Amino acid sequence: MEKIPVLRMGPLLLITIQIDMHDKLALQLQDDVTHRISEYGSTGVLIDISSLEIVDSFIGRMLANIAAMSRVLGADTVVVGMQPAVAITLVELGMSLPGVRTALTVEAGMELLLGAVAEDANGTDHEHRQA
Amino acid sequence: MNDLAEIISESAEPIRKQWLSELAKVIERAGVISKAELEEQTRDILNAIVEGVRTSGPTDISAGGWDTARALLKEISASRARQGFSPVEVTTFVLSLKQPLFAEIRKKFKGDQDRMFAALWTATELLDRLALITTEAFMDTREELISRQQQELLELSTPVVKLWDGILALPIIGTLDSSRTQVVMENLLQTVVATNSKYAIIDITGVPTVDTLVAQHLLKTITAARLMGAECIISGVRPQIAQTIVHLGINLEDVITKAKLSDAFALALQRSGRAVVRQTAAPLSPLAHLIAKREE
Repeated sequence: MEKIPVLRMGPLLLITIQIDMHDKLALQLQDDVTHRISEYGSTGVLIDISSLEIVDSFIGRMLANIAAMSRVLGADTVVVGMQPAVAITLVELGMSLPGVRTALTVEAGMELLLGAVAEDANGTDHEHRQA
Repeated sequence: MNDLAEIISESAEPIRKQWLSELAKVIERAGVISKAELEEQTRDILNAIVEGVRTSGPTDISAGGWDTARALLKEISASRARQGFSPVEVTTFVLSLKQPLFAEIRKKFKGDQDRMFAALWTATELLDRLALITTEAFMDTREELISRQQQELLELSTPVVKLWDGILALPIIGTLDSSRTQVVMENLLQTVVATNSKYAIIDITGVPTVDTLVAQHLLKTITAARLMGAECIISGVRPQIAQTIVHLGINLEDVITKAKLSDAFALALQRSGRAVVRQTAAPLSPLAHLIAKREE
């Protein structure tokens, strides 16, 4: 059975979605992530969706759910690498994914999670969460 | 009913001569089409008409025998449309064939009124239909021209410029409607990905009015950018527009807005941990040094 790998990288969990998501896979991922966070005590989850070309409303909600669940478990979630077409589709569907933090690249997402970005000191961090 | 084909092919030269002199009144005045070109076109079309009448009859011009004539007429009126001729001048090209053709018909059936009338009627009907084809082709070409210009204008009016490493600016000129928002959004998001920019400044100095719909379009673009991990700043909000926004009760609280592009740029610089510093008492560059020396 195909499965999306959840990799542990220090305090972070790294998830790159390389195949088309279907509903069952998304539910499985949600299950995996929550278990791993409590197992490893991770403080951050990075989800790379740069190879995803289609994101429907269900997958969009799954992403929002994973972010919310991680937060409850004490971990921040960053979604990175969303394609323009995907972003436009989600907006047209009326899904702005409130509460999900985003970054352009894996690198930027990691910096965001590790709190290493200098600009965050200026309070961007706070605004990101609000938006 | 092959009288028509007979008449045209028998006296093609006199008809064409007179047609040319009729045309000279309308078309040559414009001075765009050379005499030789006009002669060639009239000859081709007369031949095509003869061919059409012979093979498919004069009534059904959608039949296969008229393919050449139709193609020729379409081509000619399309080129006329591009040259900027008026619709009248384009249709007259075919309609001015009436007079010489009718004269020949009259000459041929001088004693036979019934045949003359029948031939005249067929000829009128035929030429009117051909004229309609030219009008249609003329309109199609113009339509095509206009839609192309529209597209170009759309792309021209939404440039995405890179202000700094990681900072983009998108000056919007003109009203934002749904179709433009789509273009703006796509342009912006693609450039964000291509240049890996974290900040995008949307400058609305050139937007004449901001109503709820425009605000909604702006928010859509900003949300899409945020989903990708870029942050948007709106700049160029004029006092008038600020008043309208508040009066309309549009909620832009989650969006950073600035009065001037420079303010937005300064904020983006600051957020990305950069600063522009004036160099005081800086050493002169070699070129400036030379100029200064010469002035002494």
